[in-house]
Amino acid sequence: MSGRHLVIVGAGHAAGQLIASLAQEKFAGSVTVVGDEPYPPYQRPPLSKKYLAGDLALDRLYLKPVAFYEKFGTRLLLGRRAEGIDRAARRVVLDDGSSLDYTSLVLATGSRARPLPLPGAGLPGIASLRSIADVEAIRARFSAGTSLVVVGGGYIGLELAAVAVKLGLAVTVLEQAPRLMMRGVGPVVSTFYERLHREEGVVVHTGVAVTSFEGRGRVERVVCEGLLVPADLVVVGVGALPNVELAQAAGLATTNGIDVDARCRTDDPAIYAIGDCTNQHHPLLDRRLRLESVHNALEQGRMAAAAICGLPAPPDQVPWFWSDQYDVKLQTAGLSDRHDQAIIRGRPDEGRSFAVFYLSDSVLVACDAMNRAAEFMMSKVLVGARARVDTAKLADERVAVKDCRL
Amino acid sequence: MAKITFETTDGQEHTIDIANGLSIMEGAVRNMVPGIDADCGGTCSCATCMVYVPPEWASKLPPKKSDEETMIEFCPHHNETSRLSCQIDVTDALDGLRLKVPESQR
Repeated sequence: MSGRHLVIVGAGHAAGQLIASLAQEKFAGSVTVVGDEPYPPYQRPPLSKKYLAGDLALDRLYLKPVAFYEKFGTRLLLGRRAEGIDRAARRVVLDDGSSLDYTSLVLATGSRARPLPLPGAGLPGIASLRSIADVEAIRARFSAGTSLVVVGGGYIGLELAAVAVKLGLAVTVLEQAPRLMMRGVGPVVSTFYERLHREEGVVVHTGVAVTSFEGRGRVERVVCEGLLVPADLVVVGVGALPNVELAQAAGLATTNGIDVDARCRTDDPAIYAIGDCTNQHHPLLDRRLRLESVHNALEQGRMAAAAICGLPAPPDQVPWFWSDQYDVKLQTAGLSDRHDQAIIRGRPDEGRSFAVFYLSDSVLVACDAMNRAAEFMMSKVLVGARARVDTAKLADERVAVKDCRL
Repeated sequence: MAKITFETTDGQEHTIDIANGLSIMEGAVRNMVPGIDADCGGTCSCATCMVYVPPEWASKLPPKKSDEETMIEFCPHHNETSRLSCQIDVTDALDGLRLKVPESQR
């Protein structure tokens, strides 16, 4: 394995895990990482939670301290962008004109905040929330009484709303779809979150599409059909786009992400891709998809490390997600977008603790658990086992979830 | 500040200083102690940071909340001395603590 030069384009969560796994497996080749942010690999989840609230120092975001990369001889080229891949020469060209030769290349380019190119979108005071720099700009505008309008009622927007309202801002969430977090959770859970945010003082509008932003010198209003919302600050969280341009320009196949096989290889055997930027067949879900999640970044980082080191693939895991809003921890196991039954355990209309189990042909495919760690953890086991489950028992709080298999 | 020793199943010992206010998990991750992962970043959602705490130290740690208890039950090789290291913040009182890392975590 010596004499190999591994180049990683992207220095995000997937890259961080890849490097940690390579170090653990004692990969003997050289590793060079190119990242366009001035930071070593860091975790993004706290950006819309503790870091935004000012409760976490910057270096606590880093996945590993800078000393880790020095110790393992990983070269970090930060604040640099890859501009092109010459596959025949096995070379990556950077924005400063320099180039890096590789024996293997890993694309870990992640995703970027989806833009909302409406009239007035360029006004100062309108931001997205993806990076440390974004949060620092947003936080600088935070003070009690500031009117914050959050465009997008997904995980990021709602986490941001939760932090902001606790800091005394006047918060309005505008969601275009009929319900909150529609891509991620089932309808009963959406309704719960609407109640939760309203109880905490956030104004929530669903089924409302923004048409433009207005203001003189900076944003002052968000304009929707039939609704005008005053704003001192706007944060747009309407999804993410995979950064596939480098791969596409190099002629690699992409279908809503860079297409990779079970070992995270692209159609070029010398090039891998991992994390938010990829599209992969998931054996448990039995379909190809792009999974935007920390767990996917970690899992693919480990998969690619195993493949690069010539080791067996790690076992497949059940996808899982989490979101922290106020005193509610949402943990989701599996994907609930294809289900024919939803079974509720607990009371979604009062209190803040319940779970929803999603079944397809009597098989448990997913669970949304709010302050129900046991239901979440057991669901991961059952979903992974493609377990057939008893719906009456699932709904019955007296029966432990582990006893609900048919 | 506390000097904390991690014993891994290969018999190696890793002794590190962790500043007060960091969790034991964060100290372990920063200092590259093998086998302590933090898949969820320390939010008690993944149980990849489990350690075994010697009984004589158990009373010096903050008690387990029910979430932590639940997560531990799903760890392979857990026992009554198991704790999630992301749920324990370091204080001077933990100086000299010796922990074992489970064989399921490498």
